[in-house]
Amino acid sequence: MDVQFSQESINEINRIIAQYPKERKKSALLPVLHVVQKETNGWLSVDTMDKVADILAIKPIEVYEVVTFYTMYFTKPVGKYVIEVCQTGPCMICGSDKIVSYLESKLGIKVGETTSDNIFTLRTVECLGACGYAPMLQIGEQYYENLTEERIDQIIHELGSTYSDKY
Amino acid sequence: MGVQLLLEHLNKPEINTIDGYIKQGGYRTLDKVLGKMTPDEVTEEVKTAGLRGRGGAGFPTGMKWSFLDKSTDKPRYLLCNADESEPGTFKDRLLMEKIPHLLIEGMIVSSYALGCRTSYIYIRGEYMFILRILEKAIKEAYAKGFLGENIKGSGYSLDLYVHPGAGAYICGEETALIESLEGKRGNPRIKPPFPAVSGLWGCPTIVNNVESIAAVVPILNMGGSEYAKIGIGRSTGTKLISASGNINKPGVYEIELGLPVEEFIYSDEYCGGIKGGLDIKACVPGGSSVPILPKSLLFKESNGNPRLMSYESLSEGGFETGSMLGSGGFIVYDEKQCIVKNTWTFARFYHHESCGQCSPCREGTIWLDKVLYNIEHGLGKESDIDLLWDIQHGIEGNTICPLGDAAAWPVAAAIRHFRHEFEYHVKYPHRVKDDDHVYQPEMNYTTA
Amino acid sequence: MKVTIDDISIDVPPGTTILEAARMIGENVPPTMCYYSKLEGSGGKCRSCLVKVTKGSEKDPRPMPKLVASCRTNVMDGMEVKNTTSPEVLQARKSVTEFLLINHPIDCPVCDQAGECDLQDLSYEHGLSKSRYDFKKRIFDLIDIGENIQMHMTRCIMCYRCVMVADQLTPERVHGVLNRGEASEISTYIQKAIDNEFSGNMIDVCPVGALTDKTFRFKSRVWFTKPVYAHRDCKTCSGKVTLWYQGAEVLRVTGRKNKWHEVEEFICNDCRFHKKNTEDWVIESAATISRHSVISQNLNVYEKPVIHKKLQEKPKSE
Repeated sequence: MDVQFSQESINEINRIIAQYPKERKKSALLPVLHVVQKETNGWLSVDTMDKVADILAIKPIEVYEVVTFYTMYFTKPVGKYVIEVCQTGPCMICGSDKIVSYLESKLGIKVGETTSDNIFTLRTVECLGACGYAPMLQIGEQYYENLTEERIDQIIHELGSTYSDKY
Repeated sequence: MGVQLLLEHLNKPEINTIDGYIKQGGYRTLDKVLGKMTPDEVTEEVKTAGLRGRGGAGFPTGMKWSFLDKSTDKPRYLLCNADESEPGTFKDRLLMEKIPHLLIEGMIVSSYALGCRTSYIYIRGEYMFILRILEKAIKEAYAKGFLGENIKGSGYSLDLYVHPGAGAYICGEETALIESLEGKRGNPRIKPPFPAVSGLWGCPTIVNNVESIAAVVPILNMGGSEYAKIGIGRSTGTKLISASGNINKPGVYEIELGLPVEEFIYSDEYCGGIKGGLDIKACVPGGSSVPILPKSLLFKESNGNPRLMSYESLSEGGFETGSMLGSGGFIVYDEKQCIVKNTWTFARFYHHESCGQCSPCREGTIWLDKVLYNIEHGLGKESDIDLLWDIQHGIEGNTICPLGDAAAWPVAAAIRHFRHEFEYHVKYPHRVKDDDHVYQPEMNYTTA
Repeated sequence: MKVTIDDISIDVPPGTTILEAARMIGENVPPTMCYYSKLEGSGGKCRSCLVKVTKGSEKDPRPMPKLVASCRTNVMDGMEVKNTTSPEVLQARKSVTEFLLINHPIDCPVCDQAGECDLQDLSYEHGLSKSRYDFKKRIFDLIDIGENIQMHMTRCIMCYRCVMVADQLTPERVHGVLNRGEASEISTYIQKAIDNEFSGNMIDVCPVGALTDKTFRFKSRVWFTKPVYAHRDCKTCSGKVTLWYQGAEVLRVTGRKNKWHEVEEFICNDCRFHKKNTEDWVIESAATISRHSVISQNLNVYEKPVIHKKLQEKPKSE
């Protein structure tokens, strides 16, 4: 299947490629994958990855190797919003466990799962560099810090209510 | 508040814009340095300042620069390590988010010192919102002629780009960072060759932490010898400390190196004491990989002198009674925290972040994680504690990169200083299964 | 350049690694699970060849602070190295062996590599008699990489040699290392045959039974077969091979391996998989198995690991 990217993404990809010497196109792989993943519903299919390999003139396996190494790329479909709760030491001692279980019960899913309406995916992640503002979570490019249950209610409502009255 | 060199203008209006930054004296070093000082003179200033790498290892920055192989005609690269991922550390983020031009200014003069035409800032992928801030700031700097061809008529040209990672702690290791920038898996390289000889695309490369590069700006403004007067002994200058955990005022503080640890924790100027009036149990002073110190060793060195926030004082006594300043990730634990659980989350972290290239780290980190999980969840055996010790010992020093040591040290230190908590967990598994399972010294366990 | 390993000195050219120097001495050689002299960039990963440098060089006599991978560390003039004479090295090797085994299935009874497996040798020399790993071992989904090569990811020790074979000998690499940490695996990601003229060499370089020859699968045990050197006129490769006979039947064809279990020359898939008749070959002689191995029992030259005489006399000390 032929994958097509929007003109906007293609421009962005070209801008990124130009940041590296001509013969080092492969260096653009990580930033290009970020651009592409955003466009392809937040995850990378084999076709998408092959297309990226094609653009950067590298072998498909080189893309698979990289995609499966880094935690920010998804190789399976995810919800519209991926909620990533930090659970490492400094967040843990400030109550990240409770945040995770609250989210689980609120969304009716376990960590690693996606809500049936494909709006939210819940994940736990390791340190995101917000230890002083713990507990915290990340959704997309946004950090949400100093979390409380009320704050979570608010976040979920703000994001989810556009799509469903469930939230 | 002590001397502020990096965060001095943190709360000034529009300090995140180039005009706001210039208003506070920003980009002065360009006039002072470009075309006026030779690159070697800049390096000398940094050497004189005694600046030590702020990323964790504490290696003298000027000396690192002098290792750069200048005998080839290959391009040279300066890479800024903004892959801040060490649990407990969030200082670079503040610097880049609030005062992005300080880093850019530092990158320009540092690149000049190293003779680089192109430099990159490698930032962790999760900090994408900061990448946007940096790219905007870089655009502003290009517009003012501070980047690009012939900067301010000096004849020096530099291109600066930001490169995002994608979720891998290991890319904070300099050779893994280079691999990642080359579009590969973040597998650390086997050294030698060192990056200063063969780094990015086989070219001479220097990798420096965000804070180190930012510190070059005040060093050049005030002169290396003035900078060296700040701090204590070989710990010169100021250091950003990320304070987190059970304290009243978590956040990032710029301290003059040499501040007593006790003052840092209890002074209202800094951490403001322990939350809820509780007692302190322990502290990890330099990011998750450095040894945890119990209260009894935290405020005093083994010789009775007060323990200070400096490279030397924090490591006084070796790992038996000391720790490390590391990246300045200062995590404080109150008396109600469970050391076993904390150690387990760290072990889980290193298990999650091991690249998997070399066997001791790949297999050892998962083993530590599993054994600690069992102990924490009331499934441990008494022999597990010695097993943990053996595993961490088998990892330490035997791996390609320092991640192995980083995984081993917290486990070793936890057992060394808090063995009783581990023993409590394996002896009273039914208690451990309860929610509130933290070892309390005053409890009478014999009747349990 | 003069280097001293376990009190035995040798002169070597600049650029020689400690491991190569030890191999030149010929005895007391650190084990290698990932290094392969014929593959560029190999080594440094398994950590089983760690040694202690007690003197850096004549110029800078400071010892190195950590144990170093002998396969990736060049000798300096006057360097002094301890291998089996260092308890620290032996302890590290013991740990590495244990780490390599905790998730290994130890299914030697059904593994075709048994008898010529580097991991068996390593555990025989440095392993514990009992596992201390109480957990379920790691498993992977079986993937099919084509009609000639069988892959068992559970046995893999992540030496990266097969990836290097694909990079350095074949036109296009279709397999690689996926995922990370302990979940790392050799895979093609999508079901794909690894099929090209030289892919069979992945079997020869694999130190364990992760990649084995499907045409030999379950046919015999290596110690029941008799190795014979032979050659043929091959347009693709040198055509110099070892034939493994059971009775009059050629059960398997491999490259010729030296004392360090490395092939002398890589061979093509045609020679390896499709020339299984004696008529295809010119027979040279019985193969010598110069390394210690159960295979050599047929030739009555079975030897235990060689320790230099000079060291046997001395009590171990540090």
